[in-house]
Amino acid sequence: MTSTTEVGTKDDVGTSPGTSPSVSAGISAVADVARRLLTADGVITERSRLRTYECDGLAHYRVIPALVVMPEDAAQLAAIVRACAEHQVPYVARGAGTGLSGGALPHAEGVLIVTSRMRTITDVRIEDQRAVVEPGVINLDVTRAATPGGYYYAPDPSSQQICSIGGNVAENSGGAHCLKYGFTTNHVLGADFVTTEGDIVPLGGTAPDSPGYDLLGAVVGSEGTLGIVTSVIVKLVRLPEQVRTILVGFESTDQAGAATSAMISAGILPAAVEMMDALAIEAAEAAVHCNYPHGAGAVLVIELDGAAIEVEQEYAEVERLCNENGAFEQRLATDPADRALIWKGRKSAFAAVGRISPDYIVQDGVIPRTALPEVLKAIADLSGDSGVRVANVFHAGDGNLHPLVLFDDSIEGAGEAAEEVSGAILDLCIEHGGSITGEHGVGMDKAKYMPRMYTDEDLDTMQLVRCAFDPQNISNPGKVFPTPRLCGEVPGRHKGAHPLAEAGIAEVF
Amino acid sequence: MSTGTLDRTAREAIDSACADVQHAGGADHVDGVSPGLVARPADIDQVSEVMRAASAHGLTVVPRGRGTKMSWGLPPLRTDVLLDVSALDKVLDHAAGDLIVAAQAGARLHDVQEVVGGQGQRLALDETVPGSSIGGMIATNTSGPRRMATGTARDLLIGITMVRADGVVAKAGGRVVKNVAGYDLGKLLIGSFGTLGVITDATFRLHPLSDAHRWVSVAVGDPDEAQRVTQALIHSQAVPAAVEVDWADGHGTVSVLLEGREEAVAGRARTVSELLGPEAAGSVDPPAGGATYPWDTAAQPDQRSTGLKLTFALSGLSAVLAAATETGVSLRGSAGTGVAYAGIEPGGTVEAVGAAVTSLRRACTQHGGSLVVVDAPADVKAGVDVWGAIPALDLMRRVKEQFDPDHRLAPGRFVGGI
Repeated sequence: MTSTTEVGTKDDVGTSPGTSPSVSAGISAVADVARRLLTADGVITERSRLRTYECDGLAHYRVIPALVVMPEDAAQLAAIVRACAEHQVPYVARGAGTGLSGGALPHAEGVLIVTSRMRTITDVRIEDQRAVVEPGVINLDVTRAATPGGYYYAPDPSSQQICSIGGNVAENSGGAHCLKYGFTTNHVLGADFVTTEGDIVPLGGTAPDSPGYDLLGAVVGSEGTLGIVTSVIVKLVRLPEQVRTILVGFESTDQAGAATSAMISAGILPAAVEMMDALAIEAAEAAVHCNYPHGAGAVLVIELDGAAIEVEQEYAEVERLCNENGAFEQRLATDPADRALIWKGRKSAFAAVGRISPDYIVQDGVIPRTALPEVLKAIADLSGDSGVRVANVFHAGDGNLHPLVLFDDSIEGAGEAAEEVSGAILDLCIEHGGSITGEHGVGMDKAKYMPRMYTDEDLDTMQLVRCAFDPQNISNPGKVFPTPRLCGEVPGRHKGAHPLAEAGIAEVF
Repeated sequence: MSTGTLDRTAREAIDSACADVQHAGGADHVDGVSPGLVARPADIDQVSEVMRAASAHGLTVVPRGRGTKMSWGLPPLRTDVLLDVSALDKVLDHAAGDLIVAAQAGARLHDVQEVVGGQGQRLALDETVPGSSIGGMIATNTSGPRRMATGTARDLLIGITMVRADGVVAKAGGRVVKNVAGYDLGKLLIGSFGTLGVITDATFRLHPLSDAHRWVSVAVGDPDEAQRVTQALIHSQAVPAAVEVDWADGHGTVSVLLEGREEAVAGRARTVSELLGPEAAGSVDPPAGGATYPWDTAAQPDQRSTGLKLTFALSGLSAVLAAATETGVSLRGSAGTGVAYAGIEPGGTVEAVGAAVTSLRRACTQHGGSLVVVDAPADVKAGVDVWGAIPALDLMRRVKEQFDPDHRLAPGRFVGGI
């Protein structure tokens, strides 16, 4: 039932909808329901058009779904899920399709439920510091709607101009400012949730601390494997009185790391601390001419926000600590245009790497921040030994690394070498007590790494939640977990080595 | 309900699973329900062994941290084994440079604060019940005034280890703040009252201790004024760490806490004072009651108050305060986040308490919130709806069914009879 086998290798295009008669019958039945409820252009069955949806933001996994539906409201979406449940047809929810872990990769024998037509900002209630939005609403549009009232929506993934709130909820998206403000899970208070049976139930609410289990807390970040949200109550945050963005040039990443540590030790919690190394700076310069400090081995982008008088004092301290740790240039920006200029280099970094390398892998791993110098050294060694270039861009404040592993796919074996380095970086993260993903999610891409981070018992326990929500294993099956748990199956006692880890290592990336 | 429910083989199984097993003493009951045995495991392996033995013999288990909130929720249907984790009391790891701390479930919050405070940091959770353990605090999801700036356990917990009903040890999350690998089991365990598993250790993100703080308070004469002042504060640029309301007999006080650098706090306090008018008064001391609940959490069972937790949308504050005035109940809590608490003194009739609960609950639910009877005398718990209506109860039952299919973990203590 899982689609893992269909997409085991890179650029492997999925096959047409399953040939099993029962599956086809199921798809037809769901399509019938969809045609009855949706406008004609909301139901896609032609292979050429289905192909548009064969991948999300991680383009090297591709599967053509059997059916694409685009509901316009919660009732339509729930009816489609109900039909899927009735016929045991797997479904995958997709927001804007910008995810970087293949979380919205379609199922070849399943339905892709696209929420892009559910785009209404239902309510903006400044007096309650809440907005109510549909899942297809673009992240930045929530902020745009709240800004006239002096508020904004804090989680700001780099893709915030195009990514959707529904996708953010599924992935528990972060962003540059989550060091201070937290992730999606800290900003979502309630949701209307479509269960895997197709029922709509409210989770959480406008007020905090809803009684009972925090099901919403489990749903946020579950990558669409527990169900689909059709309306989301988000927290709005007061726009700060002052924001100061500082661009600081250092000779080395070690110096920049030491400056970051000094800030944390001094009790300063900046809104963001971002670091780029020389290669990442080179790429950004080539792409957007961001005019970062010339000859820098590393830059920090530090943002302070809050009450003006508080920011002023913090800034003086940050400036001093950067100088003490070898900064050779500091630029302060306070007005929005100048600040945007500083951020431009950082925000364009992923795409910019395309200027210096024909192909690249965006990795996402986390380490305890204090392990930064050690891990960067190890990444440099990996790069040196393999000849694979790695550009480093990361959220230095919380140890979230985004190494960009560069390669040229036209050279035989280069892709494999890059993948090996990319995987080894994740091993470094795990060795240092970190995580295999800080914000991009596990999805399809990293399911095989899960046993390196968690024991069989840990994964089995997580899947108890899956079994509670989705006993038929129809909601985004094959994602997050390398091996599905048969719900109702009594787990045996696991002893000795982890066979899954070995299997994971053996699997082709 | 008594030691009689444990047969000899079950008793022996628990005995051999754990070095410290005792008969229940007078203080060992769970909201009036006496356990068959009190097991006090020395480490996580013993917790696991006790759970395996309990599983093999079909025994019910109620976890206990420091025993400060054992009467909260509903009384369990049965308590064969009271699983006391107070011996798991270590602060496992304070990585100051990474702003994290890991502690065992039986460690006192106070002790954790001592350790991290030594390095100028804090776990940003108020001690609302003195002496609380880390595990108990998570299981009951307590929070205080500072939740406005730094959130609650769900915003600070980054990793957790639990022992399941079948004895399997499982962890989720880790020791980095940013981590989206796998399901966030910690969220499910927060506020679960011991019904999904036994929490054995937890890892939290920390915050720096602020150099200075200042409270500014102002009297408010009616519910609308309280709401006006609260709205002015939350929409201000003062970045309050807390906005508290204390309400009795139709009037009260709104207080705002500012934390930060010395000079900056002084400046922000001046701004807030100007906003609140000449009546506003500054102080370094918190308003009376501090972070604690407005009832005696240490009272003997026959002296116990009814403690209520009310939540509501921020715009519902005046309606909730008005309902409190009408029902003659005093409130205290976080006006800035829409969470308040009430204590109803013992001695009244169950009907009177029930009427107050109904009236206040109506005000809360009309404004997007809820009311929970946190604690109460036995007759009140028996006579009023403690948890209120719970949406998505069916899904909650399904989660319970997966984690504890035999309903042996704190059975009956939680919502919907879970």
